[in-house]
Amino acid sequence: MSKFEPRIVGLMCHHCSYAGADRAGQSKSPLPTGFLPVRVMCTGRIRPEHIMAALQQGADGVLVLGCHPKDCHYRTGNLRARAAVGLTSRLLEGLGLHPERVQLEWVSAAEGEKLARVVNAQARKLRRLGPFRPASG
Amino acid sequence: MSKPRIAFGWLASCGGCEEAVLDLNETLLFDVAPQVEIVFWPVAIDAKLHHLEAIEPQGILACFLNGSVRTREMAEMARLLRSKARILFAFGSCAHLGGIPSLANTTTTRDLLETAYRSAPSNAGRNKHLPGGAGRVPPLTAWAHPLKDLVEVDYFLPGCPPPPALVAEAFLALLAGKLPPRGHVFGEEQALCSSCSRLPKKPEDLTIGRLRRVYEVEAPADECLLAQGLLCLGPATRGGCGERCLKANMPCRGCFGPPADVADQGAAMLTFLAAHAPVDSGEQAVLQFTESLVDPVGTCYRFGLSPAVAGCYRESSKTGRTRARRG
Amino acid sequence: MKKSRGISKAKAKAGAKVKAGAKARAGAKARADAKARAGAKARAGAKVKAGAKARAGAGTRTIRINPVTRLEGHGRIDIELDRNGEVSRAFFVALEFRGFERFCVGRPAEEMPRITPRICGVCPTAHHIASTRALDDLFEVTPPPAAEAVRELVYNAFFLEDHLLHFFVLAGPDLVLGHEAPVAVRNILGLVQHLGQEAVRKVVETRKVARAIIEQLGGKVIHPVLGLPGGVSRRPDGQTRELAARAAALGRQTTELGLGLLRDRLPSVAADRRWDVLRTHYMGLVDEKGRASFHRGEIRVVGPAGNEVARFDVHDYLEHIAERVDPDNYLKMPYLRQVGWKGLVDGADSGVVRVGPLARINAARSMASKRAEQERQALFTHFGGYPVHDTLAYHWARLVECLQACDRLEELSRDPVLDDPCIRNPVGLPSGSGIAAVEAPRGTLVHHYRCDSAGILTGVNLVVATVHNAAAINMSVERAARAVIRAGEVVDEPLLNQVEMAFRHYDPCLACATHALPGKLPLVINIIGPGGTVLRRVRREV
Repeated sequence: MSKFEPRIVGLMCHHCSYAGADRAGQSKSPLPTGFLPVRVMCTGRIRPEHIMAALQQGADGVLVLGCHPKDCHYRTGNLRARAAVGLTSRLLEGLGLHPERVQLEWVSAAEGEKLARVVNAQARKLRRLGPFRPASG
Repeated sequence: MSKPRIAFGWLASCGGCEEAVLDLNETLLFDVAPQVEIVFWPVAIDAKLHHLEAIEPQGILACFLNGSVRTREMAEMARLLRSKARILFAFGSCAHLGGIPSLANTTTTRDLLETAYRSAPSNAGRNKHLPGGAGRVPPLTAWAHPLKDLVEVDYFLPGCPPPPALVAEAFLALLAGKLPPRGHVFGEEQALCSSCSRLPKKPEDLTIGRLRRVYEVEAPADECLLAQGLLCLGPATRGGCGERCLKANMPCRGCFGPPADVADQGAAMLTFLAAHAPVDSGEQAVLQFTESLVDPVGTCYRFGLSPAVAGCYRESSKTGRTRARRG
Repeated sequence: MKKSRGISKAKAKAGAKVKAGAKARAGAKARADAKARAGAKARAGAKVKAGAKARAGAGTRTIRINPVTRLEGHGRIDIELDRNGEVSRAFFVALEFRGFERFCVGRPAEEMPRITPRICGVCPTAHHIASTRALDDLFEVTPPPAAEAVRELVYNAFFLEDHLLHFFVLAGPDLVLGHEAPVAVRNILGLVQHLGQEAVRKVVETRKVARAIIEQLGGKVIHPVLGLPGGVSRRPDGQTRELAARAAALGRQTTELGLGLLRDRLPSVAADRRWDVLRTHYMGLVDEKGRASFHRGEIRVVGPAGNEVARFDVHDYLEHIAERVDPDNYLKMPYLRQVGWKGLVDGADSGVVRVGPLARINAARSMASKRAEQERQALFTHFGGYPVHDTLAYHWARLVECLQACDRLEELSRDPVLDDPCIRNPVGLPSGSGIAAVEAPRGTLVHHYRCDSAGILTGVNLVVATVHNAAAINMSVERAARAVIRAGEVVDEPLLNQVEMAFRHYDPCLACATHALPGKLPLVINIIGPGGTVLRRVRREV
């Protein structure tokens, strides 16, 4: 029986977290194999539909990783993401999704280690929770 | 030349769409009715199922069908009417999107039945066995469905119920042979905000610090309700209803469904809310704002929690947490 | 130890299952054969075109009236004939289910006045006002007088137009045109031909004006939105008084038209309806003086002799109203808990209770308006005294209530309180529970909510009008079937319409009655031996 390797869609901003992911890669901090990085210029670009679509199309979890508050290249884009993720999480939990599947964290370009830690922690949680299999309509 | 035949059908409905037709009053009784032969309309006319079955396929010009599909028998009725009618209108929110009864899609049919037969406080005695099973009643479908999940729909009349003016528009277009292209949703293309009479007083900066519940606010008669912190679904709802609820000072709850080119009404509303979050007041303020949204499921999807949405995010019982009981 | 118990238990179960299985298979085969015969015959009968006939003959069969028409909701009547062609049982079967009591859990309490009206689009205002009052209770707030007046105005306008809808559009065609009028004529369109455009225009205009009041104050007439805990959402304006006065005036004219038609036709209709006299209990809301009230007060129950059996506040409803759940039935049947369930029988010892117009005029000591009381007394005189048990009298009682609604509309149109700007009293967070009752046009309606400390609903119980009449409707339909369907005689469409008329008196709303249940009246007959054991159970597939 093959071990379940969760598919995690990582929505990351060009200026901070995506650069952090590069750093993690350079320093050879291993990221779980199921991690799917997606780069956006700013996490403020992320809408509820993106998170919902990721889950619909096979993700077991979604991580939104943006700049620390006050560091956003576009001023408040990261806080827009905070709002979008917060609202969407509440909706999805109301529909029966486990609350730990969608998470948001702040990761700067220099925090490669933190990024690896965060992603691996999410992968561990999801391995425990199991694959996301919707009841489906 | 014989008159065109019209039929009205109802599935899991409340009867409000029937009343909407009756509210055409003289237009219905003295203008439309004399021009057509109404071959099926259970609320008003004694035509029975066998009369309907005896009509040749495509023998009815148009059928206006309201209600969502909730039992197998209703699924059969939907297919029957589709086969008998050349043109099928999904009439009202339930047929269009699933309607308020689609909130039942937050849980299973077993749960619905258990609530009624076991836990209702007025039940007499301990009821060990749940009624259920095939044969007694038409079995429930696993989900409450909008009409288009089962049959091809030609036109959609949105609203809970559709306003008389919209119904009249559809009737008259039908009888004049001037219907828009198939698939058309009646009403406006844009969101309700665009035509709302409160728009002139909408503030330039519509940052919402905290959403408030309707009993917390005494809303002024002519100002944007979102600016008062009330959750009004105007930005995510198709216009064309005449802003009837707003005229009574109550916020829109989205019965017309999403505007044209928007697939997911609830997600669109959340996008709007995120766009107006108090980002200039810092992270804590944003978190408080997100916490102030009460019952996103029951408010942002009230008229259309279709299986496509309700099922997509619910964990099956084998993984994760079992479905949440709260909205 | 546990394991062996489990195994022997399982063995015993398996053994029983085998026996039961064999019996069941034999029984099932017999039933299937009967069903096939009944089904084939019923289908053959059902496919007959209007005007053609079917003979009731040898062999059991089921006649189905599908769907029932000129009421709100999905239903079917199943009439079972025995080998001799006599009616053995008849069932009024509701075919819908949506589950409001479950899916309202998790919703904010204050949204209920905008959700529960979707139980029924014919009587949404009943649910809307009941819900709003339950919220007043939940939030522990008393609305200001202007708000109460607005709610009452809306409610009386609604009562008037809904009753007129039933009289002229739903039941009227039977009463005025006769049950034998052809299908194509026996409806509102045929009524236009018979009564003339002018009379029908008057009815239409009355309903239009009454509904305009609801629309003006409630935003929408179908699913109004004005109700809030502690008040209403908008104030009356200049038009309101005028509309109310106009509705009252037109309403009186239209009601008198209806009364005239009824008096003309009653002798010929009543002759046919001697079978439908049910000596049941009656229930309705009354005010502090015992006068019929549509939207507030205590619940009063009288027995078949007119004696007061109970009078209680809605908060105590669970002590008085029980709902019978039979694992073989889908529709619960409410009954008077303290009298007890004795089956589908009438009488003082039976907990079967009726609601709606006839029940209300029986349950009250008097009407609240002079003209209405006058007409109530005329009704009693005609039917031979108080209380009246003839189901046909429901139609007359409905018009009595219209007169009361008109009088109240006129009073409110002159009431200075409508100018008071205070329409809301402030509220805090709700908690605990809230219960309210109103009289929907079709009967007593209870909304009962429980919520958590955040004001989110944790429990919802609804006892909805028509469901109280489920037992009585069943009894009336069966009596009608027995009376009009005789062995050896032709069973034609007009006859079947007579059976349908038995439920039309009640003006049933099946969407209301089945909000929570796949409504289904018994298709299982339990033949019970002297010791209370079930000797035989006869089921019909539906």
